[in-house]
Amino acid sequence: MAEPASLKVSVWRGDAFQRYEVPAGTNQTVLDVVTHIQREIDPSLAYRFACRVGMCGSCAMTVNGRARWTCRTHVKRVVGEDGALELRPLANLPVIRDLAADLTPFFEKWQRARGTFQPKDAAEGAVPEDFAVVPPASKARREADAGIECIGCGVCYASCDVVAWNSDYLGPAAMNRAWTLVNDVRDGGRAERLDAVAGDAGCHSCHSTQSCTERCPKNLDPSSAIAGLKRTLFWDTLLGRR
Amino acid sequence: MSDASTKGDAMRAGRPRPATPGVHLWVVQRVTAMLLGIAVVVHLVTIVTAVRGGLTAREILDRTQGNEAWLLFYVVFALAAGLHGAIGLRNIAAETIGLRGRGADLAWLGIGLLMAAFGIRAAIGLYA
Repeated sequence: MAEPASLKVSVWRGDAFQRYEVPAGTNQTVLDVVTHIQREIDPSLAYRFACRVGMCGSCAMTVNGRARWTCRTHVKRVVGEDGALELRPLANLPVIRDLAADLTPFFEKWQRARGTFQPKDAAEGAVPEDFAVVPPASKARREADAGIECIGCGVCYASCDVVAWNSDYLGPAAMNRAWTLVNDVRDGGRAERLDAVAGDAGCHSCHSTQSCTERCPKNLDPSSAIAGLKRTLFWDTLLGRR
Repeated sequence: MSDASTKGDAMRAGRPRPATPGVHLWVVQRVTAMLLGIAVVVHLVTIVTAVRGGLTAREILDRTQGNEAWLLFYVVFALAAGLHGAIGLRNIAAETIGLRGRGADLAWLGIGLLMAAFGIRAAIGLYA
């Protein structure tokens, strides 16, 4: 792809796009572009980042219509010959200012989906008497391992159509977390958790369009996790186990 | 948030779990989908077989009149189709125009059963 000499960046400023011209550089990330705008052109621009190396997930934004980690997105991967770059805050979330989205609803839904580990053999918060033996190759552990690396960046949540249609919908990340705990043999909150993720606000509204899986920067598969919850709840409901 | 934690406490205390709208309808939709998968195949095979050499009302009635197996098949087919369709429309209505709630659910269930009743009435007409 031919590289433009300068980038024409449209940045959402709450009520309209503002246009900035940013010099193109080699190995430039979208976060570099945003940082350039704020430091060199317009210090009033609000955005958020922390680690810059794809560990924290806080720099996620909508880049040319897709939710991405801006620190891990090279400009040349998303910009054509015209050098046009459009930046918006993450979708499906309230906006604090400019490019900074408020992730409160996102994390509240993790709690609603009972995303906290509940030790089975000890009172809540207590340290169990002994180590639990969990064979790493067991089916349940492999299912849990598949989703455990989520860092809560909200890219899947911003990419999910069902969240856009139903503001109560828990979203991919919260249910991915719930599924890892449903498969955690040390956890004692299975029944309550399955109740929490069932129904119209939970896994049963998922259309399996898999934008979450497609866009997860960690290459996780929340869509399969949600399918796992549906499967478990289907048999539990049909056989009267809940 | 306080709502969720109260719910959790209630559940731990062994009180009845809160109703989770949609789960049972979802299960009904999946089970009816399985039935429809079989029923549609039987239906299509019957059509293709029946139209060989022309199709007459007499031929259809010869097959269905007094035949409990066909009656049962069409009753199950109509019931599955009615419920499956209504639940699908319920979901579409919820997501596109925000039509939600217990009243809407009951209305959709009623619509589904009404549609099924039309089909069952036709099946009985072919049987009797």
